[in-house]
Amino acid sequence: MRLTLQVWRQPGPASAGEFVRYDAPDITEHMSFLEMLDVVNDRLIREGKEPIAFDHDCREGICGACGMMINGVAHGPSKGTATCQLHMRSFSDGDEIWIEPWRATAFPVVRDLVVNRSALDRIIASGGFISAPTGAAQDGNAIPIAKQDADESMDAAACIGCGACVAACPNGSASLFTGAKITHLGLLPQGQPERYRRALKMVAQMDLEHFGSCTLFGECQEACPKDISIDVISRMNRDFLVAAVKEREERSVAGAG
Amino acid sequence: MELKSKIPAGPLADKWDNHRFDMKLVNPANKRKFTVIMVGSGLAGGSAAATMSELGYNVKCFCYQDSPRRAHSIAAQGGINAAKNYKNDGDSVRRLFYDTIKGGDFRAREGNVYRLAQISRNIIDQCVAQGVPFAREYGGLLDNRSFGGAQVSRTFYARGQTGQQLLLGAYQALEKEIAKGGVTMYPRTEMLDLVIVDGQARGIVVRDHVSGRIEAHLADAVILGTGGYGNVFYLSTNAQGSNGSAIWKAYRRGAAFANPCFTQIHPTCIPVAGDYQSKLTLMSESLRNDGRVWVPKKSGDERAPEAIPEEERDYYLERKYPSFGNLSPRDIASRAAKEVCDEGRGVGPGGRGVFLDFGAAIKRLGKEKIAERYGNLFEMYDRITDEDPYETPMRIYPAVHYTMGGLWVDYNLMSTIPGLHVIGEANFSDHGANRLGASALMQGLADGYFVVPLTIGDYLAQAKLPPVDENTPEVREAVAVASGRVKRLLGVNGTRTVASFHRELGKIMWEFCGMARNAEGLKEALVRIPALREQFWRDVRVPGSGDDFNQNLDQAGRVADFMELAELMCLDALHREESCGGHFRTEHETPDGEALRDDEHFAYVAAWEYKGDGKAPVLNKEQLQYENVKLATRSYK
Repeated sequence: MRLTLQVWRQPGPASAGEFVRYDAPDITEHMSFLEMLDVVNDRLIREGKEPIAFDHDCREGICGACGMMINGVAHGPSKGTATCQLHMRSFSDGDEIWIEPWRATAFPVVRDLVVNRSALDRIIASGGFISAPTGAAQDGNAIPIAKQDADESMDAAACIGCGACVAACPNGSASLFTGAKITHLGLLPQGQPERYRRALKMVAQMDLEHFGSCTLFGECQEACPKDISIDVISRMNRDFLVAAVKEREERSVAGAG
Repeated sequence: MELKSKIPAGPLADKWDNHRFDMKLVNPANKRKFTVIMVGSGLAGGSAAATMSELGYNVKCFCYQDSPRRAHSIAAQGGINAAKNYKNDGDSVRRLFYDTIKGGDFRAREGNVYRLAQISRNIIDQCVAQGVPFAREYGGLLDNRSFGGAQVSRTFYARGQTGQQLLLGAYQALEKEIAKGGVTMYPRTEMLDLVIVDGQARGIVVRDHVSGRIEAHLADAVILGTGGYGNVFYLSTNAQGSNGSAIWKAYRRGAAFANPCFTQIHPTCIPVAGDYQSKLTLMSESLRNDGRVWVPKKSGDERAPEAIPEEERDYYLERKYPSFGNLSPRDIASRAAKEVCDEGRGVGPGGRGVFLDFGAAIKRLGKEKIAERYGNLFEMYDRITDEDPYETPMRIYPAVHYTMGGLWVDYNLMSTIPGLHVIGEANFSDHGANRLGASALMQGLADGYFVVPLTIGDYLAQAKLPPVDENTPEVREAVAVASGRVKRLLGVNGTRTVASFHRELGKIMWEFCGMARNAEGLKEALVRIPALREQFWRDVRVPGSGDDFNQNLDQAGRVADFMELAELMCLDALHREESCGGHFRTEHETPDGEALRDDEHFAYVAAWEYKGDGKAPVLNKEQLQYENVKLATRSYK
């Protein structure tokens, strides 16, 4: 099939960007979206032009590196599918496809379709963990966990950290991402001691990183390649609210001998 | 070069315990005076960086991805083995040890593998404590499933995303330590060279992918956890960025490279669809429980599978291996698929594929039952190929999946360069000539959480470490070499893309150093690879500059290294005049097509030593000592 691409080109974070039109005359429907871009890039290089930069790695939908707005939709038209798993049979001969990077204040453009998502790492660093130093663990079967809790925890833990939820949100909120981690850990008994502190810290970090507020549009769950439900946001809000009431000021009295 | 494996004396079961007592310790106040560089942030690197920081060391951790959470460990599907014996089915540390040694076709060290089996139990505990949502039974206890190469049920899993969940556990621990200041993280930063001062590993040279800046980072010790080199074949199940450059640079600086030819080829992947193809996707081996593998009896038969009558089909696995049938082991199933395709009986585009047919199973069990067992895999297959496996047979073909070879390490996981430790898939240590399913995750986490954080202390407590800085001559030299190479790559300005060279190299490797190898083909590859490498440096085109984000430049450096590594793999494959595990030499097979091992001459680790460009590398041998298991022939008939 023959396609026309309108691709966002931007040399660096400080420079201005623009859409550039490319003809893609030799695309087959079995290609993945990224393989289609490979073909376009191959020709650009042979013509002595700069190839289009885009993040990608595993190309099987699990690493979360890839992601772009395709005709205004995060990860494109196929629901529950990351860009690398999107195939060209979702498009038709003669289509014009608009390709842009994730757009969010918290995700500055690095180059072309590549953005800086390190803000998501800092949200995890602020509290998205269970403090369990290596070696201190008891036997894995010592705490039984109801299957339903384990399964729901796993549903939330499936997040690949791609940032599509942020890009899809009109407010640029990272609530689906943050809520997914709070839900994953908060549903497990191991996650209880730090549960409320975690919610406070992670939400505060999210604000610090200039993500917008959540107004429950629900665009995030539509864009999520792992079909994570906005239920995780309710859980985050509940934990945050409880935490605001429950959390005591920290005093380092105990153990001071 | 002397290879001292440093396996502790004493009974197998006490070796690790004795060694932990014998190792020198660094006291807590002194730990913060040491800095350790960790290259790679996967299961091995991420867990090691987090654990060393918890112990009090300063850690600098590097990864080429934009976040440590994206390391390729994330893509592992099946599970992780541990000798917990929760099923009361007779499992034990000793059984996991034996299964792993046997699965590796008796080419791994007893001492290392036994330690791995012991630690496997701590790994599960550790991961549960971190909140890894392993699959559970209704009673709330951990669930297990069975995996290849074992007769007990010892594989722990989190749906089909076990690698993801284990990696996120390590990543979260890592982020926790980053927030505390114990680890400094350098994402989008790739190692270009190793810095050695006075014979000790003291740092690395890196390129910052965003700024293009090339600089040295210095430390008291360096650990590589940079994964495998399966991408030397271009098409593999590895991530696009997975590369062998860090271990290759270490090899060029004096670290011995062990068993480079040992690669694992997984039989059930979605076949290549066209020249544009960038990667191969694995389909879980479990599908062969209910699927029947076949090709047409006639070569060149292009009828749709449904139109080929039963008597014109060749269920070749069932025919050749009546007792194991469709469940014959990975290496055998892979080679058998290649054979029928070589005969011109392969199916699908290019004739490189065989059918995996669920027709009979659907008739027997009903579509619903099959959907319950394999629904998500069928969906993934459909998404990629646009074919519905409920209606028409799947097409599968083997693909490169894992490399058992890697840098040689001793029991402390230290390479032949003092201060350079190597963990996870990047080393050669535990899988011999073939890795069992669900054992890669186990080894990565054993090395990272439980072995290297201790052995690094033993090294640091005893090493004499004179001060180094960016003006130390060795540091300046390494930075100059790395910068010079980047300039050279950009300066060729030829006509062919990096990808086209990589693809061509992959074809040579796949044809001559793939599933079945022979002396004639390997010699041919050893002529073609240097010629291609010469052409690469004469005709490659790397667009852009070295001063900013340039993905083609990064890839060009990796491919240039693969061009050299490929040659060593072929050399190793040529020298090993036997068949064992994933290394199958057609000259060495039993009359019924099994691998024919030669324990008398080849029960050793082949550790290759770099002697300079244009000079033949030197082969060093570490004889494998088997004191607890008896060498036996694997049989699947």
